[in-house]
Amino acid sequence: MNLVNSLWYLGRGTGLVALVMFTLTMVLGITTRSGRQALGLSRFGVADLHKTASLTGTGLVAAHVGTLLFDPYAQLKLVDLVFPFLAAYRPMWLGLGTLAADLLVLIVASSLLRHRIGPRAFKALHWSAYALWPVAFLHALGTGTDAGTVWFRAIAFGCALAVGAAVGWRTSQSFAERGFPRIPRRQPQKAVPR
Amino acid sequence: MTIAPTLVAPPDTRRLFAAPGPSLAQHRETYGDLPVDVDLPDLVEQAGLLGRGGAAFPSARKLRTVASRGNGVVVGNAAEGEPASDKDRTLLTVAPHLVIDGLVLTARAVGARRAYLTTARPEIARQLRTEVRRRRDRLRIEVVEVEDRFVSGEESALVNALNGRPGVPSDRLTRVWERGVDRRPTLVHNVETLAHVALLARFGADWFRSVGTPEEPGTFLATVGGAVSAPGVFEVPYGASLTGLLDAAGAMPARAVLVGGYHGAWVPGSALDSTRMSRTSLAPHGASVGAGVVAVLGRDRCGLVESAGVAAYLADQVAGQCGPCVNGLPRMSDALSRLADGSRDPRLVDEVQRMRRLVVGRGACAHPDGTARFVASTLRVFADEVAVHLGGGCSAAAAR
Amino acid sequence: MPRLHVDWTRCDGHGLCADLLPEVLTRDEWGYPVSRSPDGALDVDRSLREHAERAVDMCPLLALTLVR
Repeated sequence: MNLVNSLWYLGRGTGLVALVMFTLTMVLGITTRSGRQALGLSRFGVADLHKTASLTGTGLVAAHVGTLLFDPYAQLKLVDLVFPFLAAYRPMWLGLGTLAADLLVLIVASSLLRHRIGPRAFKALHWSAYALWPVAFLHALGTGTDAGTVWFRAIAFGCALAVGAAVGWRTSQSFAERGFPRIPRRQPQKAVPR
Repeated sequence: MTIAPTLVAPPDTRRLFAAPGPSLAQHRETYGDLPVDVDLPDLVEQAGLLGRGGAAFPSARKLRTVASRGNGVVVGNAAEGEPASDKDRTLLTVAPHLVIDGLVLTARAVGARRAYLTTARPEIARQLRTEVRRRRDRLRIEVVEVEDRFVSGEESALVNALNGRPGVPSDRLTRVWERGVDRRPTLVHNVETLAHVALLARFGADWFRSVGTPEEPGTFLATVGGAVSAPGVFEVPYGASLTGLLDAAGAMPARAVLVGGYHGAWVPGSALDSTRMSRTSLAPHGASVGAGVVAVLGRDRCGLVESAGVAAYLADQVAGQCGPCVNGLPRMSDALSRLADGSRDPRLVDEVQRMRRLVVGRGACAHPDGTARFVASTLRVFADEVAVHLGGGCSAAAAR
Repeated sequence: MPRLHVDWTRCDGHGLCADLLPEVLTRDEWGYPVSRSPDGALDVDRSLREHAERAVDMCPLLALTLVR
């Protein structure tokens, strides 16, 4: 196998594993929000693994983009890393990948700087994860050369199932309870105009 | 410091209430113009003035802090969320210009160009706006109405309301004198404190200290209510006897007296004669003068029943932001109410005590702490009544 | 001694802090962190400093501060 093919395989491989990492990140993120323990991990363990999975995923995306930049098949230009839908190869699907990468940078940066930007800004930006995952998923389906294969479809299906189940749980009635019966805190009412 | 030569310092303990009346003309006639060249921080420090809003914080300290930071804002607070208190409203009706004088002098001392007066009553706001307009101070004074809730007058809640946010307290790690209205250092003074400043600036620290106690100099306004024939607001020197104050209001024979308002404590009937309105005399009962609220519990009432009512009100008045308070206060109040209503379950007492300990210090403001203090005092002073209730009776029912 | 300060307007009782600093914190019956010491103080011994800093870092609602 020559170098060019290796880059191509590496590019696709890192992309797929990144998707799995972000799937894990989504599920663990929702579990963190729930305040529950899971998979034998403490609450801290859940949050920590969520963080680790996301950073691992980010690293894989960097490798994914990096290898594809040097791969002649991908025809990736530097501008395609930031501005979506300008690429030469499958511009629509690749554009989604660029968009996902942009969102990823936003989410990771705001998370690392969360103590500086405060809880409200952090929460607002972190919510874009709900946009990030579907965009990344569609990018994988559309751009991925392996998209037609059985194993790819199986992995993609598994990821979609996991995220779908997690989001379903997130939107359910029982999610809000932290496992302790209590009167919930209330948001202060709108300010009375002077 | 210049004092108007024809001005006569109030000779006795009738100081704030010696004011001639609400109009600016009357005020100027009695007190002359605002004194100039006043070194207010020094004066206030020498006078030993303590805040009259309930916390009794040394006023000079807050003044110096905000003055040193510059670019500050001053707020005269008459929000008076305490239902049993009427002194701020009364003061503003009787001597609004003493309050505004104090506001202007304080603003000058800290270099503030903007000041606010806050109240929860629309009629007071209207009156204040009228009186402010009549004056010609260079200070920009804005009169702001805040919500009529128990926590509205809390310092950070007030500042939040002035910043256009919901009027609930903020976390106390950042104090308002560091960052408050429009992110500026903010000095919040109760309106009564400001009125004392206005007199102090004219008559001096020695005069101010000539009544009261060395630790708590001067006079304060007390709101006396409950089982009294002549309820109202009285001006009293610190250290005055509690029974003297009760007599002035025509109090009936009392089971106990609540001192310091709903976050205060009960003084039992047996201790009334020996109790004075001072920190040292009230401390053994877990009470302090606070904002001067004195409520008399008549012999025809039950201390447990009345206290349960107060606790229920306090539980209802939570801002709702803090988990331990939002959960703990209703639980504490429910247990107390069930005791008052005649439940004979002794575990209820343990539940009240447990909740009381669980909520202290676990909120953004002092609401859970004050409520816990009141409830602790209730169980202590009315311990006999609790025993009566657990036995199926009630002293008040028997008294009737 | 440094102490842990809880911003109660933010805390929602997730409980990560109690996981990370069990010597100092436990959770009350509603899930909110509470001191293990009877006086309610949240003093953090120097030997636990690192764990306290991790708790401050990991609180999902940024409700904790370590005050010197």
